[in-house]
Amino acid sequence: MTGTLLGIEGLTKAYPGVVANDDVSFDIREGEVHALLGENGAGKSTLVKMIYGLVKPDSGHMTLRGEPYAPAEPRAARASGVAMVFQHFSLFDALSVAENIALGMENPPKQRDLARRIRDVSETYGLPLDPARTVGGLSAGERQRVEIVRCLLQEPRLFIMDEPTSVLTPQEVEILFQTLRKLKAEGTSILYISHKLEEIRALCDHATILRLGKKVATCTPSEKSARELAEMMVGASFETPAKAPRELGDVVLKVEGLSLPSPMEFGTSLKDISFEVRAGEVLGLGGVAGNGQDELLAALSGELPGAAGAVTLKGEPVGEMGPDARRMRGLLSGPEERLGHAAAPDMSLTENALMTAKMREGLVRGGFLDWGKARTFAEKVIERFDVRTPGPENAARSLSGGNLQKFVIGREVLQRPEVLVVNQPTWGVDAAAAAAIRQALLDLAAGGAAIIVISQDLDELMEVSDRFGALNGGRMSEIRPVDGLSVDQIGLMMGGAHDMEVAHVAG
Amino acid sequence: MDLSAINPILLIASLMVSATPILLAAIGEMVTEKAGVLNLGVEGMMITGAVVGFAVGVNSGSPLLGFVGAALASALLSLSFGLLTQYLLSNQVATGLGLTLVGLGLSALIGKPYEGIKSPTLGDIHLPLLSDIPVIGPILFQHDIMVYLSIALVAAVWAVLKYTRIGLVLRAVGENHDAAHALGYKVIRIRLLAIMFGGACAGLGGAYLSLVRVPQWTEGMTAGAGWIALAIVVFASWKPWRVLVGAYLFGGVTVLQLNLQAAGLKVPVEYLSMSPYLITILVLVIISARGFHGAPASLGRSFHASS
Repeated sequence: MTGTLLGIEGLTKAYPGVVANDDVSFDIREGEVHALLGENGAGKSTLVKMIYGLVKPDSGHMTLRGEPYAPAEPRAARASGVAMVFQHFSLFDALSVAENIALGMENPPKQRDLARRIRDVSETYGLPLDPARTVGGLSAGERQRVEIVRCLLQEPRLFIMDEPTSVLTPQEVEILFQTLRKLKAEGTSILYISHKLEEIRALCDHATILRLGKKVATCTPSEKSARELAEMMVGASFETPAKAPRELGDVVLKVEGLSLPSPMEFGTSLKDISFEVRAGEVLGLGGVAGNGQDELLAALSGELPGAAGAVTLKGEPVGEMGPDARRMRGLLSGPEERLGHAAAPDMSLTENALMTAKMREGLVRGGFLDWGKARTFAEKVIERFDVRTPGPENAARSLSGGNLQKFVIGREVLQRPEVLVVNQPTWGVDAAAAAAIRQALLDLAAGGAAIIVISQDLDELMEVSDRFGALNGGRMSEIRPVDGLSVDQIGLMMGGAHDMEVAHVAG
Repeated sequence: MDLSAINPILLIASLMVSATPILLAAIGEMVTEKAGVLNLGVEGMMITGAVVGFAVGVNSGSPLLGFVGAALASALLSLSFGLLTQYLLSNQVATGLGLTLVGLGLSALIGKPYEGIKSPTLGDIHLPLLSDIPVIGPILFQHDIMVYLSIALVAAVWAVLKYTRIGLVLRAVGENHDAAHALGYKVIRIRLLAIMFGGACAGLGGAYLSLVRVPQWTEGMTAGAGWIALAIVVFASWKPWRVLVGAYLFGGVTVLQLNLQAAGLKVPVEYLSMSPYLITILVLVIISARGFHGAPASLGRSFHASS
């Protein structure tokens, strides 16, 4: 099987101010797994949206099995045998699994037949699913299964997966790969989008690398090292953060028997969480998204106050205090969602700096804001963390993801925290900026601060943490030193394969 | 006070008539909200329907034509809300409130020549046998066509939302418009249709007031019925049959307090008049205090394809 399934020639798409895709050409062959590799903002999403008919190219054309292919809408793409699993799942929380699947099909059969076909497909491919369950209550891995089964029911010829493993445990990733290899063996081509290089080297036959909207190369990933791929992606070499040996001090933050109901619908309640962090230590907390990470950050930052004794800072119970009182005492935090939670999108960087630094940096005097000092502080963050922006008067929204992330992390780091809690500090950030952020966290720890890094990126956690724990269903696993921890052990700490092992992969 | 003056059969029978305008408006608004659009202009659409329905009814001599005219006029009015909120992305709350004000003013203007006139009204349907059953007959089977139509509409909305593809797509759009768009559904088109359906239903409800319930045109005659319809949708957790229960509860208390007034209950009239609103709000608060709600997740959020 060496024929070309999808040919892409000279695709160009420009948005105001940015060329998302510039003359991109490559071929996807029949029955191969083709990787699309690139940093955030390299134009991967725009490219697949054009293949899936969500966006029309400005110029260039595509061919599917030699025929001209120009889908006007996703419906047309699906009719031609192109199916897609989205990065941010396109599911409807309040609807059942069967209803969600019916919505993604052109001519869905009657509910009862559909339920049977869902069971058939999910058994054939080892993806157990109950058609009657409400999607809102499913884990991230199960949600992804819903999307995959939805695509498989249409017997696609080209199966597009956008960052499919970012929400899975290592065991779930392995099972997903088995499913994909089985599909490939049946002759389905897969376009696999990711920035996880080891995965691509393990799974993909060919890889096309995009940088700033342009194709850099098409190569065979198993013949390249991860380092070479990364440098093609970034276009330059970069420093990996270095962990300096350091002395651990006393216990600064102690969490004991922390239980809190989640304030969000379909949220995860925290159940009896206990741990300690010492001065100079980095504690990494992993876990699949939606297992209590947001709630834990809120409980530590003070957004979600609880019992006084549940959180102790340097011997003082702070569990009942709000965020300001905790900040005064040296417990700072940076939440995951940078637009809307860590930063107010439409306010300037100076205003955003004011919001968390007003007390520790003395930016408020007698109830009045000291704009001069606030601006100086914002400028300091911009300079020290190499935030690319014309100046502190720009709105947070105008910054790219990586730059804004550097700003919101830098804002906390420069307030000299004694304990810093961050959730997904490098999510959606390019490799160079991610390395800079990790280095800043390590430097802070070397200076004697205690740091808690909550992340779904296991490589990141292994790189920065001294000890590792995982959240699973709102509970904390045992916390172990990172040295000598195997991927298998980590996977089990994260909750293993979430009932996937009961599935029988037929054939 | 003479409670024996209250005839329970007539009371229950008039409950259905009294509840029909609110039921019609509420079921329409429920469909709109299921598609993710919060249209606070129900009051304005109702009163526009009331005046246009009355005018068409008087001029044509046919109350049924009046209902058709009312539905069209209110659907047109709601379309202006739809264009503003869906294409120009205006704020739904502010635009809805504006729609109410426009409707109230516009209806007063159109209605000036029609004050003090009596309109032709719908006759009650007499079903042989059924209508003659004692007690149940007068309660259930001696009403005009619109009462039955409103109940049929609730059943139809329930069945369409639950069992058909178009209903599923509508709910999907209201639940997560970005996901619906990613799957290739026309979010804006579906929402516009839902808005117009809501408008037409509100218009029918208004026309029922001016053509059957009263039947006369007076300025401001909806007297907050549109707001109650909005509240009932929430209190019914966006479920069609609960909308029916809510509307009949409000209608029931309205009729009961009128009867109590007539019977000379020693409570100031003002308290009795406010009781339907108070009781409906009270029930609403109790229900929502239980923490149960099924609001469509995209309700009231503007959708733009680029984001």
